[in-house]
Amino acid sequence: MMAGMGSISARWDRVVDRYNAQPKIVKILWVTLLLVIAYAMPLLRPPIITTNSIDFGTVMFRVIAFALVALGLNIVIGYAGLLDLGYVGFYAVGAYTTAVLTVEHGSWPFFLALPLAIVVTMISGVILGAPTLRVRGDYLAIVTLGFGEIIRISVNNIEWVGAAAGIKNIPHPTGIGAKPEPPFKQGGLFEIPRLEWNGLVPSFDTEHKSAFLAFGSRDAVPYYWLILTVLILVLIGDRLVKASRVGRAWEATREDEDAAELMGVPTFKYKLMAFALGASIGGLSGSFYASSQAGYINPQSFPLLLSMLFVAAVIVGGSGNRWGAIAGGALVAYLPERFRDFADYRLLVFGLALTVLAVWRPEGLLPPRQTRRAKAAEAEIDALEEGDLEETPNV
Amino acid sequence: MDFGALFGSFDNFASFTMGGLVFGAIYALIALGYTMVYGVLQLINFAHSEVFMYGTFAVAWTFVLLHGTGDANWSLGKALPILLVALVAAMLASAAIALVLERVAYRPLINKNAPKLIALISAIGASFALSEAMGLRDRFAKWLGVDDNLANYVSPKKARDVYTNPVTIEPHKLFEVGGYNVTDVDLVIVLAALVMMFALDQFVRRTRFGRGIRAVAQDPESAALMGVNSTRVVQVTFLIGGLMAGVAATLYMMKIGATRQSAGFLLGVKAFTAAVMGGIGNLRGALLGGLVLGVMESWGAAIWGNEWRDVVAFILLVLILLVRPSGLLGEALGKARA
Amino acid sequence: MSENATPRKALLEVDDVTIRFGGLTALDSVSFDIKEGEILGLIGPNGAGKTTCFNVMTGVYQATSGHVRFDGTVLRKLKRHKITKLGMARTFQNIRLFKSMTVLDNVMVGADAHSKVSFFDALFRTPRHRRTEAEALARAKDLLKIVGITARHDELAANLSYGDQRRLEIARAMATGPKLLCLDEPAAGFNPAEKQRLMQLIRRVRDEGYTVLLIEHDMRLVMGVTDRIVVLEFGKKIAEGTPAEIRDNPAVIAAYLGVDEDDAS
Repeated sequence: MMAGMGSISARWDRVVDRYNAQPKIVKILWVTLLLVIAYAMPLLRPPIITTNSIDFGTVMFRVIAFALVALGLNIVIGYAGLLDLGYVGFYAVGAYTTAVLTVEHGSWPFFLALPLAIVVTMISGVILGAPTLRVRGDYLAIVTLGFGEIIRISVNNIEWVGAAAGIKNIPHPTGIGAKPEPPFKQGGLFEIPRLEWNGLVPSFDTEHKSAFLAFGSRDAVPYYWLILTVLILVLIGDRLVKASRVGRAWEATREDEDAAELMGVPTFKYKLMAFALGASIGGLSGSFYASSQAGYINPQSFPLLLSMLFVAAVIVGGSGNRWGAIAGGALVAYLPERFRDFADYRLLVFGLALTVLAVWRPEGLLPPRQTRRAKAAEAEIDALEEGDLEETPNV
Repeated sequence: MDFGALFGSFDNFASFTMGGLVFGAIYALIALGYTMVYGVLQLINFAHSEVFMYGTFAVAWTFVLLHGTGDANWSLGKALPILLVALVAAMLASAAIALVLERVAYRPLINKNAPKLIALISAIGASFALSEAMGLRDRFAKWLGVDDNLANYVSPKKARDVYTNPVTIEPHKLFEVGGYNVTDVDLVIVLAALVMMFALDQFVRRTRFGRGIRAVAQDPESAALMGVNSTRVVQVTFLIGGLMAGVAATLYMMKIGATRQSAGFLLGVKAFTAAVMGGIGNLRGALLGGLVLGVMESWGAAIWGNEWRDVVAFILLVLILLVRPSGLLGEALGKARA
Repeated sequence: MSENATPRKALLEVDDVTIRFGGLTALDSVSFDIKEGEILGLIGPNGAGKTTCFNVMTGVYQATSGHVRFDGTVLRKLKRHKITKLGMARTFQNIRLFKSMTVLDNVMVGADAHSKVSFFDALFRTPRHRRTEAEALARAKDLLKIVGITARHDELAANLSYGDQRRLEIARAMATGPKLLCLDEPAAGFNPAEKQRLMQLIRRVRDEGYTVLLIEHDMRLVMGVTDRIVVLEFGKKIAEGTPAEIRDNPAVIAAYLGVDEDDAS
């Protein structure tokens, strides 16, 4: 099993190396191709991958939403080394802020409510992080866990945010082109048909078209496009920040907090920054969730379980590796939808997988490159030392 | 918000306080498991909540086994024989789960000297797996073809729902404190908790094994050099935590009379709060923390309404960390306070 | 050693410092100073109070009485990262590198100490970010050259040899741009050849314009590289002077040399 996982990361390394060796133009072509495939995915509906019992567009939206959340949590857990078990709390804060502003107690348009939702989640992250980040790291896990529950219990009990009934009719984002007119007109500038597969033979399914770019309640694909775009933007931001003083400060803090302090890193500030930043990405994702196709949220949408799934996504993907986190998030959202019969067992399997993974492979499936190189070097040194020992008697 | 509900009369105040103490005693017993493991390993045994949960099922199953499924209302005296058997069963079940946890989810990581975060994740995974295994017991029974024989235990179709102890233990009023009827059940719970605490405290302070535990808690390397078998010490620590959780589970079932696969989680978080509040790693702190938490929570429920009970506990945890991160009595299993 | 003849400004002054922990007096009225551009050795047998002295100098402990002046201002108990900003940097007796970061990034963390680049600078790649990053990179590469591990800049710190890890620690500390560089037992675990190279490195660091405080066990190293030496025993200063003076000081010989001569070789 370990060897199998080892070869996954080795293969990934080779893919990255080969990509890096390409001339710039080839790189651009590859990226473009991948982007096109990514955007077209819910329309291509490739066989095997496609979910049959549930709309594939909806599943793909969830997949990307989870990938986004995992990317945010990766900053907290992977970069800064802070275990946040209440991430769903921030997701909920973002969703509820959006819902309150757009329908429950206001009629803001979505794209105005979105930035405020991000700010509100960030502030809640600071309020929660400031007292707890000063104490030992493992306390943070429990406090954040408590936070997730507080948020859920609170929204369940407060009439002002709809209590147990939740909030309905959350407006959708504003699109481009004609407005959708339910139940028949989807609106938008133009419509794109999706593929229908008969075995391995594709054909156009003109019955189900996706509108570019109108957000209605019939089709999840435009939401998918929107959140995929957000994911890509966040991914770029993540990359820029990681490869800077800020990213280095996070890593140094994670590696050795005392040494980092004495090298002039204000570790508390950077931990809080990572925590608040992660929170705001959670809020961002929650905000999109609230305004998505169904336009409905209630306290049951934010169970503690979701927090655990998010953490699992990051850890399974290999904490600290953004692609690993995205893959983890996508898998966590996708697998239960694809294998619905298996849904009852998913938590059991998650639990077991988490323990098995932690015990057998503490660095995750796709750990950051450096960790893997370090492992390889350690193994080499061990081998050399053993070699030395064997030679000693001859000397 | 209704402060009158709590402070309006002495009777109300006393009654909420007493009610809180009873729950606090149960929290304290569970908190021991967290505090001991933390004291020795500096790890949060996240799955300790499931250790407790399996204990509660052991109690209910003992009653089903020895009494049957017919609902009954018994006095404490009448239930006592079965209750004692149930106590032993719960202690054994919880201890067994705790030992399995140590062996499967912790020891490999301790041996590898893995980061704490990984151990916590391993424990979270184990917690989920244990809780879900209980929730899916009907499926497993079906696979094994024993679902008919064990129908009363696995409660098919609703394995994830509340599982009730067929025998409800009817409390009897013994005396009154400020309007609160102190019942025999309450008294047994508080006394049992105090006795177990005292016994454990003495064990850690006075026995050879207790010295070993304290030595490992203080400095594992020196302890190893002095010939303390640290693996054994860790095992015993988990064992004791499990036994105490079994006692807590029995007391909980006496008071509440029902459990479910997810029953451990909330109690676990609260017990951990209690442990942190008293000063994690500190046995007496766990008792104090448990009682304080129980009372605070009860007061909070009186003032803000029962639906806010759990929120009070969490907010208390955050406040404690803010004001006094090392807890009311300070940390340290190793230090003199043991 | 002719430089010593010209009087120089004291960079760090330890003025009648006493520290008590409960009933224990860890430092007892200790006074000395470190002058700009010199290499000062602080020596003493185990438990003499070197580490306590070091901690009070770096603001980790607050003196019970007396005070420490750094660059003219009295040090109080400070947040640890602020000490670095004041211009003091240190290495660790038990190496504490950021092990799963590259050698270059380790030094870059040090170089970031005075950086004003914010999160938004990094996100939008502002000119300030680009300028600061380029400066830090150049500086880090320079320092790697000085300590002699340029060839390994892309390795993980954990993969360096023991000696190179010590060198990297020195480079990382120098990167914070300190006025005073404190080396805490940098030769621990070194063989004589490595010690020789370390002495050269320390001199080179001084020649680059740094003031160096060297806390060290190894007499030969201290004698060979320092300009002045302060000797502590049981929390008291028992001697101060040039290596030659210390070598002939009877109190020092009695307290320290006689004991240490055996394991110095």
